Amino acid sequence: MRVLFAQLRSEIRVIARNAEQLLVIIGIPAALLIFFSQVDVLPTNGQTPVDFLLPGIFALAIMSTAMVSLGIATGFERSYSVLKRLGATPLGTGRLVLAKSLAVVLIEILQLVVLYSIAVMLGKEANIANVLVLIAAIFAGTLAFAGIGLLMAGTLRAEINLAAQNGLYLLLLLLGGVIFPLDELPEPLQNVGKMLPSGALADVLRGAITDTAAYGQNSWIVLACWALLAPLTATKFFRWN
Amino acid sequence: MRYGSVTAVEQVSFNAHAGRVTVILGPNGAGKTSTIEACEGFRSVTAGSVRVLGLDPQRDRKQLNKRIGVMLQDGGIYPTARVGEVVAHYCSLYGKGVVATEVIKTVGLDHRTKSTWKKLSGGEQQRLSLALALTARPEVAFLDEPTSGVDVNGRDMIRAVIKDLASTGCAVVLATHELDEAERCADDVVIFHQAKIVANGSLESIRSQSYEIRFRSGIAFDVAALAKYLDFPIQNLGEEYVIMGTADAAVIGKFSEWMSFHGADIRDLRAGAQRLEDIFRRLTTGGVQ
Repeated sequence: MRVLFAQLRSEIRVIARNAEQLLVIIGIPAALLIFFSQVDVLPTNGQTPVDFLLPGIFALAIMSTAMVSLGIATGFERSYSVLKRLGATPLGTGRLVLAKSLAVVLIEILQLVVLYSIAVMLGKEANIANVLVLIAAIFAGTLAFAGIGLLMAGTLRAEINLAAQNGLYLLLLLLGGVIFPLDELPEPLQNVGKMLPSGALADVLRGAITDTAAYGQNSWIVLACWALLAPLTATKFFRWN
Repeated sequence: MRYGSVTAVEQVSFNAHAGRVTVILGPNGAGKTSTIEACEGFRSVTAGSVRVLGLDPQRDRKQLNKRIGVMLQDGGIYPTARVGEVVAHYCSLYGKGVVATEVIKTVGLDHRTKSTWKKLSGGEQQRLSLALALTARPEVAFLDEPTSGVDVNGRDMIRAVIKDLASTGCAVVLATHELDEAERCADDVVIFHQAKIVANGSLESIRSQSYEIRFRSGIAFDVAALAKYLDFPIQNLGEEYVIMGTADAAVIGKFSEWMSFHGADIRDLRAGAQRLEDIFRRLTTGGVQ
């Protein structure tokens, strides 16, 4: 446990000291939630803007932490040989992965508390339709996005990884039904959006938070596939140095 | 050991002993880092076997990592990590009761504990990297180019730390391409050239095989006749002559007599073991006549 907590402290320190990562983790989701809740420019399927936005913003927050933040940090750790150096200590791969996972979960808890508090201040009623489904969705979403983030971090050069993570973040944000409903997209893009992990997670979270999921079981199937396949693929192709 | 079709290291065999500094010496690309990384468990060998403390570095990596200290050529430290924090972190990972502030003081970074890795000079970065190896309280330490890019004072400090480490009974294995560094640090030397070992033994024994008498002369003389008389080969370097394989006083006496008899003078006479640099040059350039 001593070794695990030592590594966990180090992981959190690296994230907390990185201004760009804090912007992606907290700044962008909070800014989008506040802006589009106050400026009535998006279709919201008959809900109040904040009620419609919150599940998508949760999905965005999970994507930010589990994919972008974890992926970029891990990519640079590879390029600076930090992972290689840790590989010569008693830490071991298992505890390294566990420490990184715990750091992601702790930051997600912080994010969700902050975002939910902002949503309540913006008029959201402070209740969640199904807490257990919410926890399961967060867990599956974290697995899926961490798998994607680590796959890129473990195979691409650090600078390319940085650009690719940010590019994919934007793509998943725009095509994933995160800040506006998928049915506002042209039909071919709708079908793509439904297959994306961001779209599936946002829909599953809508079911858990406001009981307004558009695609029900289909989104769970898509999310489960990503949660299973992305970490497996990352494990297969990840190169430590 | 191979990378694709390239053979990185071939037919390498050497031992490193507790309490001694074993220097792996060779030019860049000779296979030093590959060999060290095979010992650390980072690379697998395509033939033969590697044992460190009797353990297989890949199969028994978990056990071995608790007992070895490692200094990577490129540090392996996050740029925003602070000196005090990163040393304390590694002390916790090893859990050997090593006190971070003491290790930092040992490598002379006690005035830089709040500095981040990226703010340190090249020499300070090397010393921090060495400090991480010390946090393991290692039985074997693998140090890859520990003095590369370090100034004179920093080198003195690193050498002192390495000697202290060996005096605790640690087997220190150090890779370098710097001959002067090897000569100052080594108890034992393994010389690599083109992926193979060309010399292996104690520094003293390697140097003792290379005694020589060097001199200059202002008057031409018959080099072949002198070599025949002394029964030792003589190399003519143009400005300088080298009687190879001896520094014996009796030979010097015979040599002086012969030169005097033939009317040739002797200038700048020096006798003793070759410097490691000369031995290295001879071994890696195909030898001298």
